[in-house]
Amino acid sequence: MAARTDFGPPDFHSMLPPVIQKNYGQWKYHERVKPGLLKHVSESGDELYTVRVGSERLLSTDHVREICDLAEKYCGGYLRFTSRHNLEFLVSDSKQVEPLIADLKGRGYPVGGTGAAITNIVHTQGWIHCHTPATDASGVVKAVMDDLFEYFGAWKLPAYCRISLACCLNMCGAVHCSDIAILGIHRKPPHVNHDVVRAKCEIPNVVAACPTGAIRPDPPNKSLTVNEEKCMYCGNCYTMCPGMPLADAEGDGVSIWVGGKVSSARTPPRMSRLAIPFLPNNPPRWPEVTDAVKNIVETWAKHAHKHERMGEWIERIGWDRFFELTNIPFTEQHIDDYTLATETFRSTPAFRW
Amino acid sequence: MSDTPLLDELENGPWPSFVTDMKEAAEKKPAARDLMRQLELSYKERVGHWKHGGIVGVKGYGGGVIGRYSDQPAEFPNVAEFHTFRVNQPSGWFYTTKVLRQLCDVWDKHGSGLTNFHGATGDIILLGAPTSELQPTFDELSSIGFDLGGSGSDLRTPSACVGPARCEYACIDTLDICNDITRTYQEQLHRPQFPYKFKIKVSGCPNDCVAAIARSDLSIIGTWKSHIRIDAEAVKQYAGSSLDIQTEVVDLCPTHCMKYDAVAKTLAIDDAECNRCMHCINLMPKALRPGVERGATLLVGAKAPIVQGALLSWVLVPFMKMEPPYTELKALIEKIFDWWDENAKMRERLGELIKREGMGDFLRAVGLKPVPQMIMRPRANPYFFWRDGEVK
Repeated sequence: MAARTDFGPPDFHSMLPPVIQKNYGQWKYHERVKPGLLKHVSESGDELYTVRVGSERLLSTDHVREICDLAEKYCGGYLRFTSRHNLEFLVSDSKQVEPLIADLKGRGYPVGGTGAAITNIVHTQGWIHCHTPATDASGVVKAVMDDLFEYFGAWKLPAYCRISLACCLNMCGAVHCSDIAILGIHRKPPHVNHDVVRAKCEIPNVVAACPTGAIRPDPPNKSLTVNEEKCMYCGNCYTMCPGMPLADAEGDGVSIWVGGKVSSARTPPRMSRLAIPFLPNNPPRWPEVTDAVKNIVETWAKHAHKHERMGEWIERIGWDRFFELTNIPFTEQHIDDYTLATETFRSTPAFRW
Repeated sequence: MSDTPLLDELENGPWPSFVTDMKEAAEKKPAARDLMRQLELSYKERVGHWKHGGIVGVKGYGGGVIGRYSDQPAEFPNVAEFHTFRVNQPSGWFYTTKVLRQLCDVWDKHGSGLTNFHGATGDIILLGAPTSELQPTFDELSSIGFDLGGSGSDLRTPSACVGPARCEYACIDTLDICNDITRTYQEQLHRPQFPYKFKIKVSGCPNDCVAAIARSDLSIIGTWKSHIRIDAEAVKQYAGSSLDIQTEVVDLCPTHCMKYDAVAKTLAIDDAECNRCMHCINLMPKALRPGVERGATLLVGAKAPIVQGALLSWVLVPFMKMEPPYTELKALIEKIFDWWDENAKMRERLGELIKREGMGDFLRAVGLKPVPQMIMRPRANPYFFWRDGEVK
């Protein structure tokens, strides 16, 4: 018998704890009680406490069961996850809040990630499970969060800071609007494997996949040629054709982008901009990356006004000042030469020395 | 001695370690063990060790399972085939422990025992099973009520912020909209038939906690029309707190539509000038609340860089009421699907097609009139068209 299909996800209503079912759409206000603890109050007077916990996203089934044990002990068997891979324990009995937090801390679960903090890093699969990565994901995230740990569970920053990581330009995590984006990049053109191209690839589709027109058909060889001067290593041809691999231990690494946001608070959403064009893959701890991220976070924290997100701070002080304060070298790679480059050039003599 | 010394180092430090999870799974599952050993090799060589792609699936579906094969199958035979399920999450990522335990049991029986809660698009990710286990896994998932999400050139699994389940800012029922759309478009979700992927995300307010505006072809973002509700008593409470209403709230208002009387401790808002950015409400949630006439702003076109460059979504419909069964929304979605499907090149996202064909063509195709809310500023070049009949 064929399995039933197209029945859709489980109805979320059946996943909601009773206090939420009762007060759905009736929440009146919330308080940030302390880092990692939210209190929502309903029109009915009911209260719901949320304890937010950082997670490694990659969970073993036994770990999920341990999380279930905790949710059953303190939350009636209900919990949720956030859009940034955090766990949220939903507590309707206020007397259970502190015992839960103590239990979590005792087991090594970090409580925090709310308010003016650094919350979990949205990230992709990396070397664990991706076929086009230019860096690992989970390892870099672990190293960076270890290094920034003091900012997860405390309110020591001017505003919140969203860090995201994508292990190649496909950006499964769409990191391009983050306060700090860590993006895996290649730096070498594809080395064409003609036998594989001939056997497995649709030549016109591979040609069309190149945003800079660097790939041309080579009919006599029933293969392709790459104009290496035009290639900017996006890897799109490899997505289309396994005969175009770009991965390379020396060529691959990490770029750092800053100043993006998605919320419309105060200023419109905006994309992150290039801060550091390349840092090497240096497992297991990626020290160049952790140092760079910490430097940017702490320079922002030192100079920004209260409530000023990374990008708002940089726009106020100017990018010239940003590079000076962070001591990040400014290079040719920082100047855009893609399709909308001219919009990023400065058209005023008013700038800072 | 450990054969994963580089990974072992990542068990140190205060942040939870994925290596510990892998080790837990490896105690029971040879696949998890080989995954660790292959990852250790990647750490040593600084390159990935998965072959390019691979088409696998379950009966009746064209998406939802990602094929993955090791490029070192002799060395790591238990991950020679290591395919991944995208399992459609319940809206808002709410769970009972009962269903989570059922999921774990299914995955321990058929797969690696490793999961992601969640993938970046929002699905539950069940990480790694051999080809022979795919159909049995899906059969069991189906029997506990879990269906697959999207992959390839199809509607990707829609996702939504926590919405009215736990947020007083929610101007729309994000969870119900997400659930309803997902159920309505099962065919488009499970059987790739589009030029490329299509993402829909639903945020309850302009804080946009699911980053809809950055990463969904159709971004549905809650907003309101009527005046911000002010609780005068709560304003007075904030006046006595550590919050400096003048400098932190009023002075940072982007439209300068607020006035604070520090003596009377009263706040006035000129709502006609407010652009609903959420800053004041974020800082004073007890005193300020979104207006009662609520709906959504619909935006289109966001995407990551591949192929032609990253885009943020653009306003298409400044305000639409959002009430079940969401007839007006679905009519618009279907017009967008049709125009995009008809006109896009292979692997051209909606935003890229609008760039290539022009917003004017798109608006005519979906039957919408141009309004100034769609743009930040008008064009600065004189290169525009007149249509047939417009010039006599």
